[in-house]
Amino acid sequence: MGSYLRPATLAEAIEALARAADDGRPGVIVAGATDHYPARVGRVTDDDVIDVTGIAGLRAIEPADGGWRIPALATWTDVATADLPPLFDGLRRAARTIGGRQIQNRATVVGNLVNASPAADGTPNLLALDAEVVLASVRGERRVPVAAFVTGNRTTVRAADEIVTGLFIPALDSSVRSTFLKLGSRAYLVISIAMVAAVVAVDATRRVTHARVAVGACSPVARRLWDLEAALVGQPAAPGVGATVRPEHLAGLSPIDDVRGTGTYRLEGAEALVRRALEELAA
Amino acid sequence: MTAWVSFRVNGRPVDIEVEPMRRLADVLREDLGLTGTKVGCNAGDCGACTVRIDDQQACACLVPVAQVAGSDVRTVEGMGAAATRGAGEAPPREFADLSGLQQAFLETGAAQCGICTPGMLMAAEELVEGPDAPTEAQIADAIGGVLCRCTGYRKIVEAVGQAAAATRGGPVGAAGPAGGPGAATAPLGARLPAVGARLAKVDGIERVAGTATYGADQPPAAFLALRAVRSPHARARFRIGDLEPLRRRFPGLAMVLTAADIPGQNRYGIYATGKDQPALADGEVRHRGEAVLALVGDAATIDGIADTDVPIEWEPLSPLADMQAATAADAPVLHAHAPGNVLISGRVARGDVDAGLEAASAIAEIEVETTFVEHAYIEPEAGSARRVGDRIELFVSTQTPYMDRDEVALILGLRPDQVRIIPSAVGGGFGGKLDLSVHPLVATAAWLLDRPVRAVWTRPESMAASPKRHPSTIRARAGADADGRLTAFQFHGDFDTGAYASWGPTVANRVPVHAMGPYEVPAILATTRAIHTNNPPAGAFRGFGVPQAAIAHEAIMDDLAAQLGLDALEFRLRNALRAGSTTATGQVLEASAGLAACLEALRTHWIARRLAASAWNEQAVAGGLRSRRGVGIGAMWYGIGNTSMMNPSTIELGVDRDGAVTLYSGAVDIGQGASTVLVQIAADALGVAPETVALVSGDTDRTADAGKSSASRQTFVSGNAARLAGEDLRAQVLQLAEAGDGATITLGDGRATVTEPGGRPVVIDLAELPPVAATDASARPVLLGRGFFDPTTTPLDADGQGRPYATYAFGAQIAEVEVDLDLGTTRVLGMVAAHDVGRAVNPTQVEGQIHGGIAQGLGLALMEAYVPGRTENLHDYLVPTVGDMPPITCLLIEDPEPAGPFGAKGVGEPALVPTAPAILGAIHAATGARITTVPASPDRVRGAIREFEAAGSRAASRPGAGATSGAATPGADATPRAGADPDRADLSA
Repeated sequence: MGSYLRPATLAEAIEALARAADDGRPGVIVAGATDHYPARVGRVTDDDVIDVTGIAGLRAIEPADGGWRIPALATWTDVATADLPPLFDGLRRAARTIGGRQIQNRATVVGNLVNASPAADGTPNLLALDAEVVLASVRGERRVPVAAFVTGNRTTVRAADEIVTGLFIPALDSSVRSTFLKLGSRAYLVISIAMVAAVVAVDATRRVTHARVAVGACSPVARRLWDLEAALVGQPAAPGVGATVRPEHLAGLSPIDDVRGTGTYRLEGAEALVRRALEELAA
Repeated sequence: MTAWVSFRVNGRPVDIEVEPMRRLADVLREDLGLTGTKVGCNAGDCGACTVRIDDQQACACLVPVAQVAGSDVRTVEGMGAAATRGAGEAPPREFADLSGLQQAFLETGAAQCGICTPGMLMAAEELVEGPDAPTEAQIADAIGGVLCRCTGYRKIVEAVGQAAAATRGGPVGAAGPAGGPGAATAPLGARLPAVGARLAKVDGIERVAGTATYGADQPPAAFLALRAVRSPHARARFRIGDLEPLRRRFPGLAMVLTAADIPGQNRYGIYATGKDQPALADGEVRHRGEAVLALVGDAATIDGIADTDVPIEWEPLSPLADMQAATAADAPVLHAHAPGNVLISGRVARGDVDAGLEAASAIAEIEVETTFVEHAYIEPEAGSARRVGDRIELFVSTQTPYMDRDEVALILGLRPDQVRIIPSAVGGGFGGKLDLSVHPLVATAAWLLDRPVRAVWTRPESMAASPKRHPSTIRARAGADADGRLTAFQFHGDFDTGAYASWGPTVANRVPVHAMGPYEVPAILATTRAIHTNNPPAGAFRGFGVPQAAIAHEAIMDDLAAQLGLDALEFRLRNALRAGSTTATGQVLEASAGLAACLEALRTHWIARRLAASAWNEQAVAGGLRSRRGVGIGAMWYGIGNTSMMNPSTIELGVDRDGAVTLYSGAVDIGQGASTVLVQIAADALGVAPETVALVSGDTDRTADAGKSSASRQTFVSGNAARLAGEDLRAQVLQLAEAGDGATITLGDGRATVTEPGGRPVVIDLAELPPVAATDASARPVLLGRGFFDPTTTPLDADGQGRPYATYAFGAQIAEVEVDLDLGTTRVLGMVAAHDVGRAVNPTQVEGQIHGGIAQGLGLALMEAYVPGRTENLHDYLVPTVGDMPPITCLLIEDPEPAGPFGAKGVGEPALVPTAPAILGAIHAATGARITTVPASPDRVRGAIREFEAAGSRAASRPGAGATSGAATPGADATPRAGADPDRADLSA
């Protein structure tokens, strides 16, 4: 039988993580627990759990340092109900498509990222938001771009003694808009077949100045479509902008065949979603 | 390690020492005894365990109990008058004790089996309390995380809306629990009939209050726990090693049960001649998830033993993965009695099919593939057993207590009367709880250990081990003459019955009878095979193979109509079976064949919706929108009860010396409403108000055998038995009073009062009557009515000719869909369902069955695919959510069945059958693509559209050529032709 600790401070948590790592039995960090339990149905468990939900000051989403901070304990409902600028519209839409309300009320944005499912709805949004992941340990704090944080299916650069304390999202100018489109086989409680997050900013003449487009569930880690983004910059943000998308812009994706859909279909669906996301932002 | 955790539950402080990571759901249910919170998956996929933590809804199965320290937890037990009651007081038993939301659930029929109801109530409660009246979209968002497999959600949405309106002083539903004209206890002589009334479920209060006891709701501390260890291989030999080290390592292990321990026959199965399934595998497993041994001990010990701790040596063998592999010439034979792995063949032949096809002006052909479909009842299999002297008693979630009794007796080597089955409240069945599940294991362990033993299957275990809907490969061909009359129908269906027979023979026999659909066809050849593979057993699932066959025959009807330039509804109407028609088995339908009335009732909807869809599509094309709408139709018929087999029910209705009336019904209510319907029928037959009739249900020691809750038979067969019991009892009372049949009867206060019209009341002192014997030895009735009914059928001959069923249900549905052409996603916008039920004994419940059947039909059509080893959970195996269910218009057609109780037939399975055909027809109408492999998942629909568009652009380059729509089924060149379909959308935009 494993151990359980619910520290009241971050310092206590990282010390416990360090001790556990030293003992060769890395601590299992639990917050919303909505990914923790499903992975253990019908299994014998022996986790040394560090439940971080008792740590104060890790909940409120707030402006900070020319951007926004989404702390480790911010839930999807917090995202959906917080007073946030249009930059976060995509993330807010994702917030209401992750599980049912029961999940959204407990599951955290950070947990969704750290769990590192290829189908995590949060990840493409965080990629499109250029989010940075803030990690803490007894060795200090470090920041890693989301694109470098998730390294594969269920793997990240988080070391055994580290905890993600939150995310930092840099602000963009006031012209920015964002969206999130998800493709699934039913209305609620659906794991994405493919999904697209997009952030677009324009200048006074409504030409694209910034474009960030990320696709999820079509590769082991959600990916930005860098070539497409480059092609979009300077284009007029007007109906028809979706035509900018070319199949080669999605060439970096490597969707698989599974029970939710074939790889061919995923790619086709992702392309359609990318076009629609851009059209929506240009409308 | 444990820790003290303090919080409040329903306002009462709780302070317990507990494992901090213990799931809140387990603490509530097992440590605090609050079993109103249900567990369906332990993974946040079903929402049955939804509670409110500091007012916010949460899945209690995903919350470490330590996280609720200091919080307010609210459960279903806190609703209604319970909130004002002190600790330890009785739960609500009266309608008035319920909250407004609970009352609305009861009145609208929003609770069927009731297993999702507490979760739904908790998810919806916040909206009802909220400052603004919720919109339908807000209601859907609020309950979107709770799955319901029975109701199709529509009545739940209605109930939430009604309750929210009531709290704002808006119009409320009918007052009182009965919610209809039968509700009031009217004065003598003015009693309204119960049959036809929207009576609330007689077992409804306990379901909305969360007090009904389901299979997993007994207190675990009173039992040893049992867990099966299951095969990870689809086919393997195995050897169990030395168990001594395991016993030494886990002293709490009371027993390791293996095949060698089975006291009687280690074989069970539905058919007396086909018992082929071991309770525990004996050296060889034939499907993934098959039980090889069972661990019995205290719960903590059993939870702590991993499969890998158990010494089992596996020798995997190459499995027969599908029917093709199983019927290959060199395939190993899985059962000696099934050479070539063909368990059984079915056949119906009538007339000259070749001549009929020769004479046809139009011929249509199709190949259909369907896959495993999982029942996905929200309550996994669960139950317990205890030995009482030389008898064994089981408390178990089941659809068929008497068959269970006989099967358990064989396995334990006992006489059937030594086995007692007490059905729990059943959290959904749909055919899946007609097979044994936990029964043989808990019974054997309890018998051998002489200690109570219980087992609750996990969701993955339930999905891996329970039977499924048969995958099928169907080829069908039919012809029609220039007048639009069917001339011949040819059909062959292979059904993957998996590793064991289960209900495979039923599917093989039922399908050929129904293969051509509800139409009069002079020449028919319909054949089927049930084929063994190393897949999970396929058994009974709402419709026994008929829904799969309907996908084929309805696509063919669409195609023939299109080829002949006829409207799809009118073509069906022209060929509809009617009173006087001869069926494929040579049976002449004497009455109650209301398909034509169903189609006629749909006609205005059909025309209006098609016009609306066409207009919408024109706008979509003009606006460059890549979505299209379409309308489709499906029709069905379904024989009520067993196919050409004995099918009896016996029901007793007793009056005790106080004048209390009790219905002793062996018919299990699995949520469909059998108990309510039987009470309504018995009450009217006796001539008393239904509220005065108490119910004893299902217990094999207390009720006579009323057969199984399957084959849509309980209203028709047990309903007749209940009617006869009521009439018998009424005749006895009238005889005592020497009164004629027009007299009224009132019972109570130890008296029966009989009053003839215009006459003086005759009072019979019931206390003076001697007790009479009843099946329930604990009962002391002084008068007992008994009803026995077995529908008249005959065996089918070698050509399948005969009278397989006494009566048939008929129905037709239309579906309107919107398909996203680029993404292949299909949204069902609306359904209209017309069903001939003979007589709607309880219209609310009939609608509930139709809604729920449509939900499962929609799942079959669009999303449900069980893949062994891959989709053993409710997030990879998708069933419809509230957001997937469109508004449904129900049109109840009552073409009375002379042999039915008050004219009634059945509707449980019929409601599902036409849904998938209607939806697939609507997708075809919207896109031109005919989907012949279900589910019509987005990737399949998109693929079919892609091929259709490619074929269309090729065809467009040939002058005069119409696009063919057979792209989705290469080789099926007779799928509907584009040119003849007036509703097909223009895809060129």
